[in-house]
Amino acid sequence: MKERLEQIKEEAIRQINESEALDRLNDVRVSFLGKKGELTAVLKGMKDVAPEDRPKIGQLVNEARAEIERVLDEAKTNMERKIREARMKAEVIDVTLPAQKNSVGHRHPNTIALEEVERIFIGMGYEVVEGPEVEKDYYNFEALNIPADHPAKDEQDTFYINSDILLRTQTSGVQVHEMERGKLPIRMIAPGRVFRADEVDATHSPSFHQIEGLVIDKNITFADLKGTLAEFAKELFGDDTKVKFRPHHFPFTEPSAEMDVSCFKCGGSGCRFCKGEGWIEILGCGMVHPKVLNMCNIDPEEYTGFAFGVGLERIALLKYEIDDMRLLYENDIRFLKQF
Amino acid sequence: MNTPLSWIKAYVPELSCEDKEYCDAMTLSGTKVEGSVRFDKNLEKIVVGHIEKIERHPDADKLIICQVNVGAETVQIVTGAQNLKEGDYVPTVLDGGRVAGGHDGGPLPENGIKIKAGKLRGVESAGMMCAIEELGSSHEMYPEAPEDGVYVFRKPVTPGEDAIEALGLHDTVVEYEVTSNRVDCYSILGIAREAAATFRKPFVPPVVEARGNEEDVNQYISVEIKDRDLCTRFCARVCKNIRIAPSPEWMQRRLAACGIRPINNLVDITNYVMMEYGQPMHAYDLKNVAGNKIIVRRAKEGDEFQTLDGQIRKLDSEMLMICDAEKEIGLAGIMGGENSKITDDVQTVLFEAATFNGANIRKSSKRVGLRTEASSIFEKGLDPRNAEAAINRACQLIEELGCGEVVGGIVDVKEPFSELKQIRFEPERINRFLGTNISKEEMLDIFRRLELAYDESTGMITAPSFRQDIACFADIAEEVARFYGYDKIPTTLPTGEATTGKMSFKLRVEEKARDIAEYCGFSQGMCYSFESPKVFDRLLIPADSPLRQTVTIANPLGEDFSIMRTISLNGILTSLALNFNRRNKNVRLYELGNIYIPKSLPVTDYPDERMQFTLGMYGEGDFFTMKGVVEEFLESVGMTKKITYNPNAGKTFLHPGRQALIQYKETVIGYLGEVHPEVTDNYDIDTKVYVAVLDMPEILLFASFDRKYEGIAKYPAVSRDISMVVPKNILVGDIEKIIEQRGGKILEDYQLFDIYEGSQIKSGYKSVAYSITFRAKDRTLEESDVSSAMKKILNGLEGLGIELRA
Repeated sequence: MKERLEQIKEEAIRQINESEALDRLNDVRVSFLGKKGELTAVLKGMKDVAPEDRPKIGQLVNEARAEIERVLDEAKTNMERKIREARMKAEVIDVTLPAQKNSVGHRHPNTIALEEVERIFIGMGYEVVEGPEVEKDYYNFEALNIPADHPAKDEQDTFYINSDILLRTQTSGVQVHEMERGKLPIRMIAPGRVFRADEVDATHSPSFHQIEGLVIDKNITFADLKGTLAEFAKELFGDDTKVKFRPHHFPFTEPSAEMDVSCFKCGGSGCRFCKGEGWIEILGCGMVHPKVLNMCNIDPEEYTGFAFGVGLERIALLKYEIDDMRLLYENDIRFLKQF
Repeated sequence: MNTPLSWIKAYVPELSCEDKEYCDAMTLSGTKVEGSVRFDKNLEKIVVGHIEKIERHPDADKLIICQVNVGAETVQIVTGAQNLKEGDYVPTVLDGGRVAGGHDGGPLPENGIKIKAGKLRGVESAGMMCAIEELGSSHEMYPEAPEDGVYVFRKPVTPGEDAIEALGLHDTVVEYEVTSNRVDCYSILGIAREAAATFRKPFVPPVVEARGNEEDVNQYISVEIKDRDLCTRFCARVCKNIRIAPSPEWMQRRLAACGIRPINNLVDITNYVMMEYGQPMHAYDLKNVAGNKIIVRRAKEGDEFQTLDGQIRKLDSEMLMICDAEKEIGLAGIMGGENSKITDDVQTVLFEAATFNGANIRKSSKRVGLRTEASSIFEKGLDPRNAEAAINRACQLIEELGCGEVVGGIVDVKEPFSELKQIRFEPERINRFLGTNISKEEMLDIFRRLELAYDESTGMITAPSFRQDIACFADIAEEVARFYGYDKIPTTLPTGEATTGKMSFKLRVEEKARDIAEYCGFSQGMCYSFESPKVFDRLLIPADSPLRQTVTIANPLGEDFSIMRTISLNGILTSLALNFNRRNKNVRLYELGNIYIPKSLPVTDYPDERMQFTLGMYGEGDFFTMKGVVEEFLESVGMTKKITYNPNAGKTFLHPGRQALIQYKETVIGYLGEVHPEVTDNYDIDTKVYVAVLDMPEILLFASFDRKYEGIAKYPAVSRDISMVVPKNILVGDIEKIIEQRGGKILEDYQLFDIYEGSQIKSGYKSVAYSITFRAKDRTLEESDVSSAMKKILNGLEGLGIELRA
């Protein structure tokens, strides 16, 4: 009996080892372990075995069965691995073939620069507001301390609709609208389109964008203006950016300043980019002129504030090293795709 | 404003600093330096040479051989110059030296030209004798220099001494950007005063005394100002026995360094005083002043007047004229008349130093189309107190230069001066305002340097008359800030009530529009707000269309930029055309920009500025691609209800069979379509173009970023497919309307899965197939629920004349 079992086991293992496909393995399983299989047949013959030997034979049968199953499983695992390997080998692809991209569109560089500026100021608690592009003379000039015969009116070649209505030459008028709303304190930036009668060339456009900033509160100081804009410059151009404030003149701020940032190309040592200066002029700013506050019914004895104006195109041209302003309004897709 | 540093130093004698230090410090104290150029930048080893002997060159007719004493030695120099003779003193560059440029006066090379000893036609030459052009200047600025040839010194010089020093070229010209509020700084004295204050050195202006002979100027001239609103002061003085000659070298050098060509003593004196005092002057030949009388009055409308440049100028009644008893002799503040101009035989000169209304001069100068040095200064609005000092300075120079004899007295007609402005000195408030801790003494020291007078007893500061820009507390604070140093003011962040950083809802919706457009492959363009009125014809807009009612610019850059757009399509089509023309494939662009709709014409109020979300594309994709972008966007801003499309959009610029109004809850929120082929022709785009325009103000009425979770369905859905034969004129939208109206609460979704027109379908019909999905939120649907809903739908469809297919 024992020999028989040994024979069956060996025969089964031999057949397993000779199997070359999964279904053949299954056939082996059926022919040895199945209901009509050889091992099953041995169990069926137990009735001819002496009762005292039955447990021993039964154990032998189970051992043989376990052994066959183990070998069978092992063979199956090996075979499956081989098949998978063969399949993967056939599935090798050329990973250098071109990608299938979702051709996503691109934001205009002006917008990218603007969003960066907005992010910085929103983080500092500023509200982004807007004002009209077709503006009244009062808001664009008079309320900003630029009365009718002021030479500054000539400096900004203005497009007029009629004597009272014009295309705004600066976003500064939004300051006045915002102050007139009477809600204090104010921390706002106002980005938007402005217009000046400049012929189109590499550095001029009759239509461009500015970002106006205004803070009005009690106890706002010139030092606050410096601190805020220094922070802004670092956020926009990098932590190592230094700033320099030079006295300047704007009718609607006093004192006024222009802010230079250390050249972010050469770090201030002077290069072609900053024309050897080491500094790049970036914005105009100042403490809101008391006359402007008065005209907006804000008491300059109680409230002070600062304002600033940044040319958006200037930031975009500098940051992205665009050498011709005309590119910004041509909308050539090969240009836009680079942003 | 260009001034030589030497002239500034003449009035700030203790000023001694390097050019760069000077420029930086001036910029930081508020007199912005735009740039500076050293005249001697490329002038090296140039000494005075004395020509001791001249011989002809043996092998060249046009060359001569000179033995030149250059101090330490005598060298041999060969030159082609034709103007030299033995005994001449000339600037001589030695071997290894450098000059600024060539003798032809062309553009100067960045690093000059190196001069080395060598041979000319076989004869040794140890250096070069220089023309004024080779030293970087010109005959115009050095009138004594020959037009062609080597410069020959007229004044006594010694061989071997520094020729550049002798020519006054060891100097730097500094260019300032003077801001419009600082009229006083359009003068040497103004800038010198700032320089003195910046470097804390004494300011020493020239001492001017009103001198003159025993005669009385009133015997020579009288002045009457008729239009006192435009002329607040007119000072007149007379000089006789005028001897016209070149002005002295020092004066010529200073004027030349400012870029003003020396002419003769009389002209140079008026220019010199204009530079020095910032007060333009005019000189008349008194014999041409009829009736010995000056009358200042407005011109007569339509009169003509010949200015001294020979041009005939058309006058209007707002232009101010200087007249004599009979005629106009000068266009006030702009240019004198041909009829009274100084000629070389002048005997007696009438000087004018006046103060005119700046705005009037600016306007007149614009209208007459003539902007002069004088008008550009007058238009800033001058201090009337300055006129008298300037005219006395001019007379003093006449006397000092031996140019003539000054007649005693001055005719001075003026309006009362406005009072000097007084501002309370509030040192603590200044510190509070600046965020500084500057001592009162330091502030007072700054005021002293700037000639701001402080009266301790009243606590008031008085601004000098030339500082018309100082009028209030903030102006005083600025003076303190800029001389204390902007760089020394601390940097802090505002304290006080916290505010929330945020963006308006409108801006958030626009941001979403950008996001979705870009996800869908559209790149952002930017277009001009103004365009040509011809755009309407290009877009086939009917002549009577309200779109042609525009906000029109009165002074445009040209017709092409003359109207504010009332429709956004031209920008995007122009951009697509540019791309098409440059052979860029598959271009998709969008723009967010305003159109400007006038509320009434003529424009009396703010126009309606409507933000338009405009999309345009050519290449891959069609009408339905564009429609998909529109729906993606609307969904992303919470407009999830059914969007309907009305094919009767009536847009003349779109394909008549391929256009639709986009409607949401019965409101038109935009349109889309294929651009009319005639329009694409007009833009030279030889392919199909699809556009969509969304009117953002309408969208803002419906948009929302609120979202509510509705749960994920737990019960199974049931789908039914229907296939129909539909008369061609029935729109799929009509079928969907029926499905929506009749599907009841359990209708979840419907999808068009087939549409077909062709041979298997009878003519005039199309085959349409839908898959309709039903689901209940709270239970599994019974067969009866579905069939009753389907029955309603089918009945409705049959009502439209639709046949169901088996």
